[in-house]
Amino acid sequence: MNEKDIMIEVNHMSHIYSDENGNDVHALNDVSLSIKRGEFVCIIGTNGSGKSTLAKHFNVLLQPSEGYINVCGYDTRDEEHIWDIRQHVGMVFQNPDNQIVAAVVEEDVAFGPENLGIPSAEIRKRVDAALEAVNMTEYREHGPHLLSGGQKQRIAIAGVLAMKPDCIVLDEPTAMLDPKGRREVLETVHKLNKDEGITIVYITHFMEEAVTADRVVVMKNGVKLHDGTPREIFSHVDTLKGLGLDVPVASEIAFKLNEKGYEIGKSIINNEELAVGLKHSKLADQLLDNHNVGAKTISSPTNEDVNAARGEGTH
Amino acid sequence: MAIVLDNITYTYGVGTPFEKTALHGVSLTVENGEFLGIIGHTGSGKSTFVQHLNGLLHPTTGTVTVNGVDISASTEEAKKMRHKVGMVFQYPEHQLFEETIAEDIAFGPKNLGLSADEVDERVREAMKFVGLDYDTYAERSPFHLSGGQMRRVAIAGVVAMDPDFLVLDEPSAGLDPFGREEIFEEIIRLHKEKGITVILVSHNMEDISRMASRLVVLDKGRIVLDGQPMDIFNNHRDALQAVGVDVPPVSVTMEYLREQGLDVSNRVLSVDDAVQAILEGGSHVK
Repeated sequence: MNEKDIMIEVNHMSHIYSDENGNDVHALNDVSLSIKRGEFVCIIGTNGSGKSTLAKHFNVLLQPSEGYINVCGYDTRDEEHIWDIRQHVGMVFQNPDNQIVAAVVEEDVAFGPENLGIPSAEIRKRVDAALEAVNMTEYREHGPHLLSGGQKQRIAIAGVLAMKPDCIVLDEPTAMLDPKGRREVLETVHKLNKDEGITIVYITHFMEEAVTADRVVVMKNGVKLHDGTPREIFSHVDTLKGLGLDVPVASEIAFKLNEKGYEIGKSIINNEELAVGLKHSKLADQLLDNHNVGAKTISSPTNEDVNAARGEGTH
Repeated sequence: MAIVLDNITYTYGVGTPFEKTALHGVSLTVENGEFLGIIGHTGSGKSTFVQHLNGLLHPTTGTVTVNGVDISASTEEAKKMRHKVGMVFQYPEHQLFEETIAEDIAFGPKNLGLSADEVDERVREAMKFVGLDYDTYAERSPFHLSGGQMRRVAIAGVVAMDPDFLVLDEPSAGLDPFGREEIFEEIIRLHKEKGITVILVSHNMEDISRMASRLVVLDKGRIVLDGQPMDIFNNHRDALQAVGVDVPPVSVTMEYLREQGLDVSNRVLSVDDAVQAILEGGSHVK
């Protein structure tokens, strides 16, 4: 792979600090990881697994104790380039209320580029484009305190976007949001990844968010345990559960049915695949062969044919 | 013993340009021993509502009584009843402030005017209850604990007040599944073993459906649904969607399977229920 295609290269990196008794604690232990430009990577792991510590190395909020990390081709130990890296890699944190600095939405979004000394006409353009990208243009003159959690997070993302980053690192951006706010943020991030080609590193506890990534990295006790596509990762239901992580409902149902000997398919990660898996399993006859009064719709025409042939109202 | 809200209305900023009515004529009786779940999207009035349960807010009109006593009164009795309703806010670990865990938990009981021995007794009991070993943790700083442990200390501080009612606002927010499980096991124990009435505010429909015996849905400052979780999730989906509340993921899965023509029951609250429903599918007659 061409070096230019790599956004972040983590090489045998450890992060060590001393606890209150003076003992060394490895928050990260010999982690190697490579993130390509344009990728959407989710990092999952329990509290204390090191995922936030890892993310804080991506824009040099932390420095490695051992090993090194290259971001956009710069070694983060090279102090000369810290600000270059931070312009390329934006961070969004968990609590939206801690990230907003101005009393008006568009001023908040302009805060970053203003600090770069960019001419005001250019700032105007960037702010408008950033608000447009997160679908918050109509709120540009609002006070941020009157917005919902999801809207505030989108403003925080717009503030990062106005810096024209190549990569955005989001550390549990939806943990404090309600379901609607969570959807808004996830959709916005996907849009930025797809339309603008921005590399996304997304830390989350919500597995329904992780299944939408290109790649999932599983952290445990400072070590990178697994790294693969959502399908590869979530087919290991028992391993993930053992780590104290959730899995998508469809994966877990499929896993339990497989365990009982009904071959549903081993790599199911969503409801669509579960339905298909059931229709091709030993359970299909039993589940499809009845006139299904309770269901809203019956999509399979053969099933309708069968029912029609048997006559209505068999129950 | 019960908390009775009788036709309460609450208006913020009365007489100012920002006047806004957050609750409109809400009546509700929280029965002793219940496990009540409260859901509603952001801005539905949930937080305003729960702050009435222990007198942090007093209704603009209407009354709130705890065990028959109007808690807006400035009597000793009213104060005592307000103490019977423990409140665990969102991210309660942000409210820890003492140098040691034991001192932090002791803060509330001390303010009740208990003797030093009684306070110590309460602290030991509360720590035992939330699974923090006294000898190991009592003298430690609460700020060196994990997120889940800090939250348990915060809950212990409320338990040490010996409440009859416990109100929890998003107690699992930001915790991983292990941490979530720990907190909920503890809440279930408080409910079952101590007989504490629990009022749980959450966005997490899985948690509500798993634990609550009764569910109240708020929208625009009004109660729009009140019933058993199973009934509400299965028979009032449209109403829930209209007020911006999600049904549990496992319900969504089962509904999808039904839409795909698979004959499975949607009366499920957990993954195990769902597996059972699939295995028994086709045999149930509606």
